Amino acid sequence: MAAAAGALRRLVRCGPQQGLGRRLRLQLRSGIHGSAPAAVQVTVRDALNQALDEELERDERVFLLGEEVAQYDGAYKISRGLWKKYGDKRIIDTPISEMGFTGIAVGAAMAGLRPICEFMTFNFSMQAIDQVINSAGKTLYMSAGMVPVPVVFRGPNGASAGVGAQHSQCFAAWYGHCPGLKVVSPWSSEDAKGLLKASVRDDNPVVMLENELMYGVPFEMAEEAQSKDFLVPIGKAKIERQGTHVTLVSHSRSVGHCLEAAAVLVKEGVECEVINLRTIRPMDVESIEASVVKTNHLITVEGGWPQFGVGAEICARIMEGPAFNYLDAPAVRLTGADVPMPYAKILEENCLPQVKDIIFAVKKVLNI
Amino acid sequence: MRKMLLAALSRVLQGPAAAAAARPGAVSEVSRVVVASRNYADFASEATFDIKKCDLHRLEEGPPVTAVLTREEGLHYYRTMQTIRRMELKSDQLYKQKIIRGFCHLYDGQEACCVGLEAAINPTDHVITAYRAHGYAYTRGTAVREILAELTGRKGGCAKGKGGSMHMYAHHFYGGNGIVGAQVPLGAGIALACKYFGKDEICLTLYGDGAANQGQIFETYNMAALWKLPCIFICENNRYGMGTSVERAAASTDYYKRGDYIPGIRVDGMDILCVREATKFAAEHCRSGKGPMLMELQTYRYHGHSMSDPGISYRTREEIQEVRSKSDPITLLKDRMVNNSLSSVEELKEIDVEVRKEIEEAAQFATTDPEPPLEELGNHIYKNEPPFEVRGPSQWIKYKSVG
Repeated sequence: MAAAAGALRRLVRCGPQQGLGRRLRLQLRSGIHGSAPAAVQVTVRDALNQALDEELERDERVFLLGEEVAQYDGAYKISRGLWKKYGDKRIIDTPISEMGFTGIAVGAAMAGLRPICEFMTFNFSMQAIDQVINSAGKTLYMSAGMVPVPVVFRGPNGASAGVGAQHSQCFAAWYGHCPGLKVVSPWSSEDAKGLLKASVRDDNPVVMLENELMYGVPFEMAEEAQSKDFLVPIGKAKIERQGTHVTLVSHSRSVGHCLEAAAVLVKEGVECEVINLRTIRPMDVESIEASVVKTNHLITVEGGWPQFGVGAEICARIMEGPAFNYLDAPAVRLTGADVPMPYAKILEENCLPQVKDIIFAVKKVLNI
Repeated sequence: MRKMLLAALSRVLQGPAAAAAARPGAVSEVSRVVVASRNYADFASEATFDIKKCDLHRLEEGPPVTAVLTREEGLHYYRTMQTIRRMELKSDQLYKQKIIRGFCHLYDGQEACCVGLEAAINPTDHVITAYRAHGYAYTRGTAVREILAELTGRKGGCAKGKGGSMHMYAHHFYGGNGIVGAQVPLGAGIALACKYFGKDEICLTLYGDGAANQGQIFETYNMAALWKLPCIFICENNRYGMGTSVERAAASTDYYKRGDYIPGIRVDGMDILCVREATKFAAEHCRSGKGPMLMELQTYRYHGHSMSDPGISYRTREEIQEVRSKSDPITLLKDRMVNNSLSSVEELKEIDVEVRKEIEEAAQFATTDPEPPLEELGNHIYKNEPPFEVRGPSQWIKYKSVG
């Protein structure tokens, strides 16, 4: 009994999801006494699939279009099974015509539908970026509120593994720059499901930056996250791990690296607070500020390039706000290396912030 | 026959007038009434006209070569075209007075296109065009005063002064689009929604001869044909893309054929009846589920590309004058109506006077209405969002944003 409880404690503390809520821990603990645990393991891919399925079922105006989304079950299998269930009208395979089909998605949204436009990767969205920004992002403003554009643009963003420079760019800063758009960046399965559902229900154009390397990663999904009405609010960051010595702010895959670094640092007595941004725009600066006021040290971690990036924006905002006076050291940014992504594994690995880089930066900032 | 008719009329009218016969001037009163009646009795209720046969692409049959115009329709078309003409000329004036700023692309010369198109579709159908959009904003239901006030950047403008010349919207009218060609995929998307909702609506998707060379248009042709979207692609060919003539921009200037597998028709865009009949034909094709169709309207703009272009460096004054004298759409309609007893010169002049007055009043409003309040700056970023703050030029300047 004690051994089982001990094993459970270890699971709870050392698992990748340090931020398990008290309720969930209680649920898991109660499993020992007979009732089945309410949480399940769900991969990001399946979470996205569930979200798509639920939103397609809930609202007839929702439909999915993109390359290979229908009969191929999705290039990354995110839309597996959906074409079989919903048919040609709701799940549409497009020709390789990003500018064209993105414009079509935006026009459909203007006329009252709620399209989900998939980019096979966000690198290809560059061909259609005019439609995302000028047609989708700005129209509500230019029309003084007359023409809303409830469209979701989603797909994998940022680096993958060995796909080369043209297929590895992070677009968080590009889209995050533009007023009129909302930009979200999920890390966990809960994030993926809740943010996709929230994005579909949002009446504004939302860019959802997923990550290919996260698609296959399983996460605990709490019981409430399995509900058909589970939403993650857009514009609110999540504290994945409470800490007191340094604030690590991140989004997407890097959140996992921050948690790994925190797990190593805790052995040396350093308690990191890990913030999962979840939303790039509108950014939850208040959560970061509150954390910095508490820890007095800030490190931002992202996969995108340093210049004019997400971390740069966070640093600027912290400087402008009340948290600046609480910094005991300048804020630090960890980013992708300032080069196009190379192919060779050793080079590619060293072009993204690794766990060792985060640990190094924490020690630098804390002067230990 | 006429004398007998008049005599009969006089007798009928003399009843009430007889009492007045004792007064001086009574006779002229009677004849004045008779004269007025004579005009209205002389007008035909409708007339049939021969219209130019359209060039066809991948079609066995085209639109009819005759069109019936009722008096009512004629007067309506005339008034609408004249309103647009005068509105555009007023805009020219206001621009030169620096009361309108930025871009201003005028539509005078092309009136038969927007009025003819509107005459062939339902208000529940959808229209989207590029930046030469003032005429469409009007035919789709926006008041002249709201169009002019948008141009002058006032709060009474149809977009509260936040859009300007290229961004005017109305019910089932999606602008007003500034990026050349971007409106074409948007239009196909609107058509997709029409098909999706199953409401028997179609979308008219307009672009110019310049835009016709944009890649995204060909991507759109492909998808529209593949998915049989109820979309009429309409190329308003006014012969010049800014300062570049069609011959210098396109390897093929047969714009109605550029849709390849999409059937197309080339239409005389200066003849409102031609435009109307062709659009009816194309609309029927789309509504019957046969997929998209392409229409090329051959038309002409009197002004340069925009107000910053005098419009005579790449074309001659003689050419402009020739179109004005031989093919002006309003004159064409006027001549048809007068020569076929659908109206008279006097009646049409009366309409001219009314239109002028309306435009003057609208301009008065547009020049006196206040600019939007500064608070408006932050609004309409997001729809259905609780109010939030928007950053101004510095961290200390914040604007409240409501959708």
